[in-house]
Amino acid sequence: MSREITLQTPLSDSDTTPLRIGDRVLLSGIVYTARDAAHKRLVDLMDSGKPLPFDLKGAVIYYVGPAPAPPGKPIGSAGPTTSYRMDAFAPRLIAAGLKGMIGKGARADTVIEAIKTFKAIYFGAIGGSGALIAQSIVASEIIAYEDLGPEAIRRLEVRNLPLFVVNDTYGGDLYKEGVEKYAE
Amino acid sequence: MKEIDVTRVTETVERLCIEANTDLGEDVENAFRTMAETEVSPTGKEVLGLLLENAAIARREKMPICQDTGLAVVFMEIGQEVHFTNGDLEAAIHEGVRRGYQKGYLRKSTCHPFTRKNIGDNTPAIIHYKMVPGDNVSITIEPKGGGSENMSRVVMLTPSEGIEGIKAYVIQRVRESGPNPCPPIVVGVGIGGTFERAAFLAKKATLRPIGTKNPDPELEALEKEIHEAVNRLGIGPAGLGGKTTALAVHIEMMPCHIASLPLAVNIQCHAGRHKKATL
Ligand code: SF4
Repeated sequence: MSREITLQTPLSDSDTTPLRIGDRVLLSGIVYTARDAAHKRLVDLMDSGKPLPFDLKGAVIYYVGPAPAPPGKPIGSAGPTTSYRMDAFAPRLIAAGLKGMIGKGARADTVIEAIKTFKAIYFGAIGGSGALIAQSIVASEIIAYEDLGPEAIRRLEVRNLPLFVVNDTYGGDLYKEGVEKYAE
Repeated sequence: MKEIDVTRVTETVERLCIEANTDLGEDVENAFRTMAETEVSPTGKEVLGLLLENAAIARREKMPICQDTGLAVVFMEIGQEVHFTNGDLEAAIHEGVRRGYQKGYLRKSTCHPFTRKNIGDNTPAIIHYKMVPGDNVSITIEPKGGGSENMSRVVMLTPSEGIEGIKAYVIQRVRESGPNPCPPIVVGVGIGGTFERAAFLAKKATLRPIGTKNPDPELEALEKEIHEAVNRLGIGPAGLGGKTTALAVHIEMMPCHIASLPLAVNIQCHAGRHKKATL
């Protein structure tokens, strides 16, 4: 059944290729937050050959727009948003070095293909468990696009962020296979 | 006649916005517990356990259950003997939402449809008014997240499609929504009325506490049948596979036009948040 694996960012092929769908991962290190509006700006920068606000190589992007941090806390509730809105941009970023994505919901075939080709990985976080996930975030800093509010790009330091492997480097898809297994 | 100062409305809305977002209803938590006992998928069981843990942390830390603290949907039931004083009722409700989302560190999610620029204070609220006999005012706040709302639909079936058409459409909607609306979900179904009334009925259906019976035996049976069917789809908690796709199916129905069969499906995620107060 599902194994529990600990991983540290940045990720490389030797981190992603042993992973299989259904594996439970505890991720530590740095992850960057970005939603649709930020993705659009990142791709626009790439189109015009300008540098990005963070290094994509081995990076992990978390699709989240957190709630504001209450006093004394690094961040508010911070669960995943639905990933399909990033599908139009994700293959570009994966080809440029992005190694991991965290979100909820199924990905487009183009993204699944890019994950396979470039040995990237898509993790599912439990949607709607933002209070729980916030316990794994130890620091948060806005590094770009503050004007986007909850959609700004943040650099998060995470410790043992609980995730499930949804799309692995072999083309596996937990949303498909998990559901088929239990469908009657 | 009873006079109610609108500042009391503002204060109540403010408090309910925060409570609804941080204190998950007992009915939802009980449903997680019961479903965890019967869930056959180990991952599914684990997810239900994490959701219970999440609800406990949210309550203890006064932190939102989910970062998507939604648009504030407000249901007002106003006794016809009531006279509001000291200002504009609707403005008072919006002000309560503005303050609640600010003071409760809730996420502001309203934006301009074209430019996507955030309005900044989570207004305007979505307000539904109903006049009722008596001199009470009841206020219910249901923060509604985007993920599950995006999976909702209104459709005008042809009358000949009938009850079978309704069942097939609802089940198909849940299947197509898959993991996106954060299962286990509550499926709110509105049947009849007009185009917009069906949607309202479906939303209202999501407010009914989980575990309570539909007073209409025919609808109760239909709810049970659809509930069993969607739980055979295999989607499971968080969509990672399992038997607990829906915590409940709730149906509201009213007569419709002889030429129509309006149907609405409003999907409510597992963060089924709502709080009510009476003035
Ligand atoms: S669908 Fe509900 S639980 Fe999921 S992210 Fe949206 S508001 Fe939160």
